[in-house]
Amino acid sequence: MINNERENKKRRKFENVRRMWYYFLLNPLNVVGLFTVFLIVFIAIFAPLIAPYPESAKVGVNFSEASLAPSWKHLCGTDVIGRDILSRIIFGFRSSLFLGIIILSISLPIGVTVGLIAGYYRDTWVDTLLMRTTDIFMGLPPLIMAMAVCSVLTPGIISATFAISLAWWTIYCRLTYSVTSSLKNEFFILSAEVIGASKLNILLRQILPNLLGSLLTKITLDMGVIIILGSSLSFIGLGAQPPTPDLGNMVSDAAKYLPDQWWMFAFPALAIVIIVLGFNLLGDGFRDILGSSERI
Amino acid sequence: MIKLQKEILTVKNLKKYFFTKQGTVKAIDGINFSMNIGDTLGLVGESGSGKSTVAYTIMAIYSPTEGEILYKGENYLNKEKRKQSFKFKKELQIVFQDPGSSLNPSHTIQEILELPIKVHKIAKNKEERLKKVKELLEMVQLPQGYLYKYPSMIGTGEKQMISIARALAVNPSFIALDEPTSALDVSIQAKIIRMLMDFQKDFNLSYLFITHDLSLMRNVANRVAIMYLGKICEIAIIEEFFKNPLHPYTKMLLSSIPVLNEEEESLKPEKIISKGEIPSPVNTPTGCGFHTRCPKKMDICNQKDPKMVEVGKGHFVRCHLFSQFQSKNIKNTDKKVMIIN
Amino acid sequence: MSIPLLEVKDLHVDFKVFEGKSKVLNGVDFYVKPGERVGLIGEMGCGKTTLMKSILKILPMPPAIIPKGEILFKGKDVLKMNKSQLLYLREKEISMIFQDPTAALNPVFTVGNQLYDVIKYAKSDKNRKIKKEDIKNFQIKALKKVYLPDPERLTRNYPFQLSGGMRQRICIAMTLASRNELILGDEPGTSLDVTIKDQIFRLINELVEKEGNAIILVSHALGSLKSITNRIYVMYAGSMVEIAPTEELFNKPLHPYSKGLISAVPRLTGKGIGEGIGGNIPDYINPPIGCRFHPRCKNAMDICKERKPPWFKINSDHKVACFLYQ
Repeated sequence: MINNERENKKRRKFENVRRMWYYFLLNPLNVVGLFTVFLIVFIAIFAPLIAPYPESAKVGVNFSEASLAPSWKHLCGTDVIGRDILSRIIFGFRSSLFLGIIILSISLPIGVTVGLIAGYYRDTWVDTLLMRTTDIFMGLPPLIMAMAVCSVLTPGIISATFAISLAWWTIYCRLTYSVTSSLKNEFFILSAEVIGASKLNILLRQILPNLLGSLLTKITLDMGVIIILGSSLSFIGLGAQPPTPDLGNMVSDAAKYLPDQWWMFAFPALAIVIIVLGFNLLGDGFRDILGSSERI
Repeated sequence: MIKLQKEILTVKNLKKYFFTKQGTVKAIDGINFSMNIGDTLGLVGESGSGKSTVAYTIMAIYSPTEGEILYKGENYLNKEKRKQSFKFKKELQIVFQDPGSSLNPSHTIQEILELPIKVHKIAKNKEERLKKVKELLEMVQLPQGYLYKYPSMIGTGEKQMISIARALAVNPSFIALDEPTSALDVSIQAKIIRMLMDFQKDFNLSYLFITHDLSLMRNVANRVAIMYLGKICEIAIIEEFFKNPLHPYTKMLLSSIPVLNEEEESLKPEKIISKGEIPSPVNTPTGCGFHTRCPKKMDICNQKDPKMVEVGKGHFVRCHLFSQFQSKNIKNTDKKVMIIN
Repeated sequence: MSIPLLEVKDLHVDFKVFEGKSKVLNGVDFYVKPGERVGLIGEMGCGKTTLMKSILKILPMPPAIIPKGEILFKGKDVLKMNKSQLLYLREKEISMIFQDPTAALNPVFTVGNQLYDVIKYAKSDKNRKIKKEDIKNFQIKALKKVYLPDPERLTRNYPFQLSGGMRQRICIAMTLASRNELILGDEPGTSLDVTIKDQIFRLINELVEKEGNAIILVSHALGSLKSITNRIYVMYAGSMVEIAPTEELFNKPLHPYSKGLISAVPRLTGKGIGEGIGGNIPDYINPPIGCRFHPRCKNAMDICKERKPPWFKINSDHKVACFLYQ
């Protein structure tokens, strides 16, 4: 009898996934987004195996092959010290994604926790304390903060992530806060309170699952912004330090070689555009699923 | 001290005010009533009457501004005794008005029904819990396959049946039903009402049945109280109420009921055509709250608020038209006990 | 019989969803004569809102598909109308009162603004532009018609400042502002209190009598239809099952579904509530073959499971779609 139940459960879960896929497929751009993101993640993970010249990611200097235009040997050309740009872009994906994941791992738990508590205790001193603190952090412009932090600590990816996270968590806090405070008055939450469920249960088991959909959409749409933020930091020299390949760094270094050696600028910039677009399209797709079905 | 209590709920001079920026909303403004075990008290009123607030205050969702509520003689809203009030969460349950938002959309029916069982540790282990959940589904005549469904996959009537099953999971003695069938079609309403009546007999439940549908009330309740702007206008046992309605608002409500045939039409009292808007509870009219719409308004009506008087056995009205009856404390001879101000 | 104002012939409407095709409307036959007051009773999920939306052709066209059927308004098929004809239809010929007045009014515009728009489109056309002062006069007249106090001040109010009853009256005023021949009322009293609902229905009754519009009142509450309508259709799972004059339907319902429905209404006499109707509305993706009510019908016969019952005439005004009356 129990095995039958488990089978039923699996079948239902599978049905749910199929339903979500159907609504996802309704807009072909969503699939483009999904495919692009998969591709980027795949490339980032298997970078050393895919890149044609993996040594370009390190301090290789090869002046005999410097500043070559795109050719069959170097599909995106080489930079001023002879490193293959395509390989550097492939490794650059790694830094960008790494940045995004670390920032999310820090900001998400903090933001959601603060938002849940503040939203549930809305219009009490807890709410005021937490949200005004959030407002303070929200007022810090990420880029300026990053500069301040990085000037104190050693510049690098770690400091950049730390700096951005200081302001980034507030975004998830706001989102969680608004959803939580509106859900708080729904009858199913009231029911849980009347039944006597503990506050922890209500926050984590009753309210949080309803947030996951909007959070997922927001995160996906945010990836693009985070990556641009990271690239901007690198652009001004505060992100990844050479020789670590980073898309922002590459764009910044290449700017002075425009318009003659255009490939040094164009391809990394294009790579940034592709990542951001991919995540945006995927995020839109998630929003479609969320809209059509009323649960995650 | 063992007191053989037939009384399950006593509400004494209950007031609930909400203090907002626009003014004080006097949702409940001094009401008194009591219920015996096995009673169904119908609470009727329109928007702004405070009827839902009464239910929420009884369920401890709101705490009273003034007055007290006793459950089987005990004041369970006492905030100091935290542990004690948890015990009462098993005794009193509520079914809400909107079936759509009464169930957590991200949970399966099984998880929804398991919650009260888990919280009150009614079952010892996972298997027993599942068994109890299946029993509950059977009680409300829903198929076992519903365990794995999400609320968005089932109909509105079925959602309400799940809410009722959830309320019954903890074996309560008192259930507040806040317009349980207002959002449903007549055919489903009939099914659910029958089910509720059966449960009442089987489990000896007491219901506080809130609705605006007097025809429904006629077939469900054994006593009725009419509320307007936070106060009770009239309260009586059901036969007396329909035979001899006294308060002008009661008559207006009864006149507005849409009925299907001549027989019912003849049962309606003197026709009072509904006119005027319901005042906002932030700016309650002075004196008797109903005077702005009352066809029988006298001069005294906008100056003094009338007091509740007894006009017949168990029949109480709050209206200046009946001021000749003396208000007094009554101990009724047969099982009903009422305390009036 | 005079030419009907609106005639729906064998209308089928399907919706394309994940699980397949939801065959909501399954051959609807329906007509309204000029100046007639017709009620439509149907429970949630029977397709009545889909029907109303099809008449005005405001269904979202994917995922909705109309494989068969005609909707003839004054002889012309709505489903084949082009854009400008449809626009004319919606501006000047048919209008709708929606269920929830709060959702039907735009919260960021004043009442006056919204009335202005309605009147402008209703009264003017390419040849004759209407003046601002005239519109203002029409506004005040429309609000007075629905007995709203102090119309001048009301035009400056926003919807959230008004009560539910007043909002619904404004929607009715907007509907009547144009000389429409047909009004579709989609459960106009549902979200209102019972004393206010009574007032609104009496108002609709009075206005329709005075102006002579034809009206289709949709409701799932039977009592509200009694005093207003001449004739009532009973709808179940996508098609009409009974049609009769109001009195006759309430006193002598014939179709098993109508009987179940009417007996389920709580009576003021206190004689108890009927049993309701066992079972649930059918799954539109795999609907029952033949009569869609047969799984829930106590009198189901073999033929009911094979063919959809046609109309059987009981007398000149009373028809039932049920094989029991063959």
